[in-house]
Amino acid sequence: MQELDIAGMGSVRVTRKGNNVVILEKDLQTEQMVLAMGPQHPSTHGVLKLECLTDGEVVTHAEPYLGYLHRCFEKCCENVDYPAIVPYTDRLDYLAGMNSEFAYAITVEKLLDVEIPRRVEFIRVIVAELNRIASHLVAIGTYGIDLGAFTPFLFCFRDREIILSLLEWASGARMLYNYIWVGGLAYDVPADFSKRVMEFVTYFRPKTVELYKLLTENEIFVKRTRGIGIMPADVAINYGWSGPMLRGSGVKWDLRRNDPYSVYPELDFEVPVPDGKVSDIGDCLSRHLVRALEMDESLKIIEQCIDKMPSAEGFNARSAVPKRVRPKAGEVYGRAENPRGELGFYIQSDGKSTKPLRCKARSSCFVNLSAMKDLSKGQLIPDLVAIIGSIDIVLGEVDR
Amino acid sequence: MEEGHVLSHSVQQSAAAYAIIHDKFGDAVTAFDANETMPFFEVLNTAVWPEIALFMRDNPKLKFNYMACLSGVDYQSEDKVGIVCNLESLGQLNHKIAVKVKCARTGGSIPSVAGVWHTANWHEREAYDLFGMLFSSHPDMRRILCPDDWEGHPLLKDYKVQESYHGIKVPY
Repeated sequence: MQELDIAGMGSVRVTRKGNNVVILEKDLQTEQMVLAMGPQHPSTHGVLKLECLTDGEVVTHAEPYLGYLHRCFEKCCENVDYPAIVPYTDRLDYLAGMNSEFAYAITVEKLLDVEIPRRVEFIRVIVAELNRIASHLVAIGTYGIDLGAFTPFLFCFRDREIILSLLEWASGARMLYNYIWVGGLAYDVPADFSKRVMEFVTYFRPKTVELYKLLTENEIFVKRTRGIGIMPADVAINYGWSGPMLRGSGVKWDLRRNDPYSVYPELDFEVPVPDGKVSDIGDCLSRHLVRALEMDESLKIIEQCIDKMPSAEGFNARSAVPKRVRPKAGEVYGRAENPRGELGFYIQSDGKSTKPLRCKARSSCFVNLSAMKDLSKGQLIPDLVAIIGSIDIVLGEVDR
Repeated sequence: MEEGHVLSHSVQQSAAAYAIIHDKFGDAVTAFDANETMPFFEVLNTAVWPEIALFMRDNPKLKFNYMACLSGVDYQSEDKVGIVCNLESLGQLNHKIAVKVKCARTGGSIPSVAGVWHTANWHEREAYDLFGMLFSSHPDMRRILCPDDWEGHPLLKDYKVQESYHGIKVPY
């Protein structure tokens, strides 16, 4: 061991190992570096700025900065009629537009006195579950590509294209649908819709197996995600986590089962909760697993709905849609199980106006992301990417 | 409530939870509004709110461990702003309840419950950002959605948008 004077570091103690000179770590003068990840960054899934204080490659502090996609959803809601808010809700979580509209419609219907036709309920569930599969495909595909797996991304988007064409056939748009209206639907589904959806279900079933083998069981993927970003169940509940995040931490909580709405009580499906065999409970791999396994359950739901759906004889999708949506005075907090968690709407109505007094969107991603600061302490920068990908945020919903 | 009006099971459960809170805190809370869509009570003595919150979370008969939502609301006619918290006992007991806390519209403040439910941390920041009420002893009281140097609190009913922001014309 000897003392060396190295420019820029002062006097340090070194040892020699073969041809290399190794500096004893405690003599290194280090300082923390401020690294801004975002708002333009391919792995932050949108315009999110993470200001990281890093000690080498270890993140000591990662502070999320939001608001880059804030579009004043709540202020706009106070200036338009209830039915006109539906396109705004589409644009919250734009990858799961049907689910967002669904949550909004069932919330307003709690303050109205409408009887939703049975066929409408089944169609709503079918399109919502199709959109859930599409949303999970994006989540899984982009998660893979964040970690370096390029092929699953293309496989996921190829299958998502089929879903998007089905939804375009039904509603007229690929992504921002304006289809689930307060009191019903915009249109009935086309004549052969059930047949084509069943064809998709038969086509997609083996694809989930293929995706599982390609990505979820991949050794590199498991190494990058297992044991990273572990969130214990009670802390997750305290943070307000919901959806696949909460189920990934081992809590069997699904609003379609625990606070059911629409025709979900009549449908038979499992709620996948990881058991710790393939992943550590509460880590990134668990959350990914929940999303991967949920797609199969959604296929089951779609099949049952197509089976049970009443025929289109004499059916009018707009029969229960009020000419003027004027909910009774009061307030309500309604919610639905979105692919990213619980999307809730707190709506306050004064009973006289056709516009809400207050319409707050309780966004699942906003709440899920709030744990980012604590989840990322002490992680490596690449693990930060793995954690953000597993939270599966959509900035449209985070910022509203 | 008319004679012979039967409350649904979930409202009855919320009422039972309220009874326990009312037992302990008496006059600090209002009477229970047992409506069907969102049964709630209001906290009158805001200084006691963090204590009530802790009691609601930790009492074994209440166990409100999950805060679903904390929304800011503008009560312009009463010259107040307030928050509405939707709480639920997730996976434990099967009840939910809503709590309202109000404060003065200008310069008012509500004690923060970010230490009781971490969900409240960002939700209170958002309520401050959009409505202007401060949350005392909040660990990180600053704007979250609007830029840090934005003027005004946008969701107030009488909000007038600023003319320009860093040289960019704001109204369009």
